[in-house]
Amino acid sequence: MTTATRDPGLQPERTRLAWRRTTLACTVVALLAVRQSLHGGVTAAGVFATALSLLAWLGFLAVAHRRVTGMGAARPAPLSARHVLTAVACTVALAVFAVVSLF
Amino acid sequence: MSGFVRGLRLWFAPERIREEGDTPDYRFSLANERTFLAWIRTALALIGGGFAVDQFLPSLAWGVRAGLALGLLAAGVLCALRAVNHWVRCERAMRRGEDLPVSRFPALIALVVAVVAVAMVVVVLFGWEGR
Repeated sequence: MTTATRDPGLQPERTRLAWRRTTLACTVVALLAVRQSLHGGVTAAGVFATALSLLAWLGFLAVAHRRVTGMGAARPAPLSARHVLTAVACTVALAVFAVVSLF
Repeated sequence: MSGFVRGLRLWFAPERIREEGDTPDYRFSLANERTFLAWIRTALALIGGGFAVDQFLPSLAWGVRAGLALGLLAAGVLCALRAVNHWVRCERAMRRGEDLPVSRFPALIALVVAVVAVAMVVVVLFGWEGR
């Protein structure tokens, strides 16, 4: 274990790809949110809603970027709880946005 | 239930996870991270489904559409919150060298998705033209 410089099971690579897949899923949801907010034409409320959903997307992207670049290390640092909370907060924010735009 | 409360407190004082037990092999932490991400993707898919129901089924009656969308969105939020909780519990169990936590949440989410799917079939067959 201590002599191995690289994991033969490719765990960091798999984790990096998992972050990429998740970012892709988040992008799709964010695009749906933007589509929803600009549905009724470009209004002030629509632009505000678009900005909010893009903010949630950017928050997720920032965490994903940190992790993806961190996976380059031979022994990546474990995921911090702060990153977990940020990713989940952005996900929940998009859902809350969807619920609000229903009414 | 006190375990749940303790887990919840860990959410907001994340450094305290590090105080317990030993740091596990980094590969185990990464596996836990991927499980967390898989749950987040499930949550995002459910939330995306909620958006899609609302946007792409305009011919449904508003109540039916909002009900389906709300069901999917609620399941998505639940999934995301539960992903954090499960990640914290697994991380703690690994640090303490305990067994990983078991959960009936997968069965629950499967039931919710099944109910929404059946509702969707019924709506498509009988209620499509309701406005």
